[in-house]
Amino acid sequence: MVIIGATSAIAQSVARRYAEQGVQLFLVARSEEKVRTVASDLLARGAKRASIYVADLRMRDVHADLVARSVADLGHIDCVLIAHGVMPDQKLLDVDVDATIDSFMTNAVSVISISHRYANVLEGQGGGSLVGLSSVAGERGRRSNYAYGSAKSAITAFYSGLRARLAPKGVHVLTVKPGPVDTPMTHGTKLPLMANVEVVAYDIERAINKRTKVLYTPGIWRLIMAIVRAIPESLFMKSKF
Amino acid sequence: MSSAAPESWGRFPRATPRSVDDVAWTSDLQLHGDQQPILAYGLGRSYGDVCLNDGGLVLAMEHCNHIHVFDREKGLIRAEAGLSIADLLKVTIPHGWFVPVTPGTKYVTIGGALANDVHGKNHHRVGTFGCHVSQFELLRSDGSRVTCSPNSNGELFNATIGGLGLTGVVTWVEIHLTRIVSRRIEEESIKVSSLRDVVRVTDESDAAWDYTVSWVDVTTRGAKLGKGLVLRGRFSTAPDATLTTRTAEPRITIPFQPPSWLLSYPTIKVFNTLWYGKQRSAIVKRTVDCESFFYPLDSIGKWNLLYGKRGMLQYQCVVPSDGGLESMQAILSELQRGRVSSFLAVVKKFGNVTSPGILSFPRPGLTLTLDMPNSGAKLFDALDRCDEIVRSVGGRVYAAKDARIKGRMFRAMYPELDRFLPFVDPAMSSSFWRRINSDQ
Ligand SMILES: Cc1cc2nc3c(=O)[nH]c(=O)nc-3n(C[C@H](O)[C@H](O)[C@H](O)COP(=O)(O)OP(=O)(O)OC[C@H]3O[C@@H](n4cnc5c(N)ncnc54)[C@H](O)[C@@H]3O)c2cc1C
Repeated sequence: MVIIGATSAIAQSVARRYAEQGVQLFLVARSEEKVRTVASDLLARGAKRASIYVADLRMRDVHADLVARSVADLGHIDCVLIAHGVMPDQKLLDVDVDATIDSFMTNAVSVISISHRYANVLEGQGGGSLVGLSSVAGERGRRSNYAYGSAKSAITAFYSGLRARLAPKGVHVLTVKPGPVDTPMTHGTKLPLMANVEVVAYDIERAINKRTKVLYTPGIWRLIMAIVRAIPESLFMKSKF
Repeated sequence: MSSAAPESWGRFPRATPRSVDDVAWTSDLQLHGDQQPILAYGLGRSYGDVCLNDGGLVLAMEHCNHIHVFDREKGLIRAEAGLSIADLLKVTIPHGWFVPVTPGTKYVTIGGALANDVHGKNHHRVGTFGCHVSQFELLRSDGSRVTCSPNSNGELFNATIGGLGLTGVVTWVEIHLTRIVSRRIEEESIKVSSLRDVVRVTDESDAAWDYTVSWVDVTTRGAKLGKGLVLRGRFSTAPDATLTTRTAEPRITIPFQPPSWLLSYPTIKVFNTLWYGKQRSAIVKRTVDCESFFYPLDSIGKWNLLYGKRGMLQYQCVVPSDGGLESMQAILSELQRGRVSSFLAVVKKFGNVTSPGILSFPRPGLTLTLDMPNSGAKLFDALDRCDEIVRSVGGRVYAAKDARIKGRMFRAMYPELDRFLPFVDPAMSSSFWRRINSDQ
């Protein structure tokens, strides 16, 4: 299994589930220290092997090398999880075009570049799962995070196309749309819609096994987003969230 | 950064920190003197305020849960302090290793277990959690990261074990695990009709059993006071396939906060009668899964919410074995006189394995633990009188469970504080610590 953005919370949680099953992992992240920590953790939890690759994924020239290395390392690739991304502060981006483009390079362009390359590898193999982390935020551009949201939109659209292209080749393409993920802190009541990262990871593993096309996690977001998509733009414009 | 205010398990007292930092990477963590007061927070399974920091900075450690190494031959694990025992066991049990010491819930972090130097049903055999820690790393507010073991920075090692998070932030812990060949526990449950019998059967059992604990009904008065069940167990020594069977995830969670009348005195009485009535024969032998043996309450999720908005208090003390029965009886009648009701009473005998922890709670003797709905001033007065009883026989109360003891009283119970104080990090503090020192 290849994991891009292996130090993100969701990626780690998914990786742990696979590590327990003794899989071989190829982990890609920007910080060498952190990805080493993650690799040791996954080995202790049962991964058969965990190779690491350190790169700043905004640099497009590393993508080809990264894909080639992972193929050389793993041989056959069962699953690629693309989970890297940044959550920029929209208020700062509102006044900074370069920062907006920079976040788009990370959240959209690099994801598309890497996904595209792996799509071709899996197509050649004639099988495997390509899993991309989009977001419910990609369904509409919200005042409070439209830079992030539009990048996720790009991923969602790109993945639908890939899915249509690769389905006849036996390659499974999964778009994951998590709701906001909570970091559990209180024992008391908290926002009921906040997702626990372990629940998200559980859902992702299940979706991979069931060859689901589009996963909303937790599932309630499928319903919520159906409603949100139906809100007329003139009304949506005025919403605060 | 998160804005949710962390709670303790008793949900009393409440505290509002200035800010809460959800720490994802121990390598990124830095402490600064100007952030004080700072306190690490595990999973908030302490009952009172040792894990609270009103007005201060709280470092939530739960997500620092990477395992550095797990040596499957030697049974040695080194992991970040936020790793929970639940998570740890998922990794180690399939390879035949169990935690050497576990509290009555697996939802505690190893950092929290170290800071309270927790004890389990096997204290009479193996001592506290800290007795099995070979080394850990401590981050101090002067920026240093100190590796502590019995041989290196030994006194800081001793101060941090049971040090209530006051010596700095523990980033990782290394623990010696215990060999098991099966998940199964051979359990015997013995019905007894008085507190005296609880103590007698405990004494008999401790000689031959690794794990012992008693559940005692403290709602009845007079001669029947203390009828209950003595539970004893040991891991099955016959190797079987249970180690590698995956267990189901929990559990029923109490989704709402019920009104507090639900746990008024009569309700508790009914509960206790029912519970005690379940076992008909004098002794029941069975084989159970280790999780249901060690963590009977974990299957109900957030059961602390059952105690309603005002929360609950737990009182745990230890008194010397000589005259221990009489001290426990005196405490229970003190509480009955104040019409203080208790849901659960747990009795256990601590052994004489000494912990390295300077402030570590356990001492050889009998320990009594009581859960009580927070019923206000009368309860507090009754508990103050219990403190007097405990103090008069040279006993002490457990900080991890405490939300109300007077500073003077606590300091009298812990003369070791003098030896501990030099190791307190000037930037670290807790609601508990300020309370204990407020009447200097
Ligand atoms: C149902 C139940 C049963 C229990 N049974 C027992 C029992 O049998 N025996 C027993 O001894 N206890 C028992 N307890 C109490 C519990 O085991 C302790 O309070 C334990 O320390 C809680 O761990 P935590 O991770 O939740 O820590 P918290 O409660 O969040 O914090 C506890 C202390 O540890 C400190 N701390 C946490 N992380 C760090 C860190 N990384 N570095 C430095 N300091 C840190 C905090 O500052 C605080 O002082 C029980 C609790 C419950 C709810």
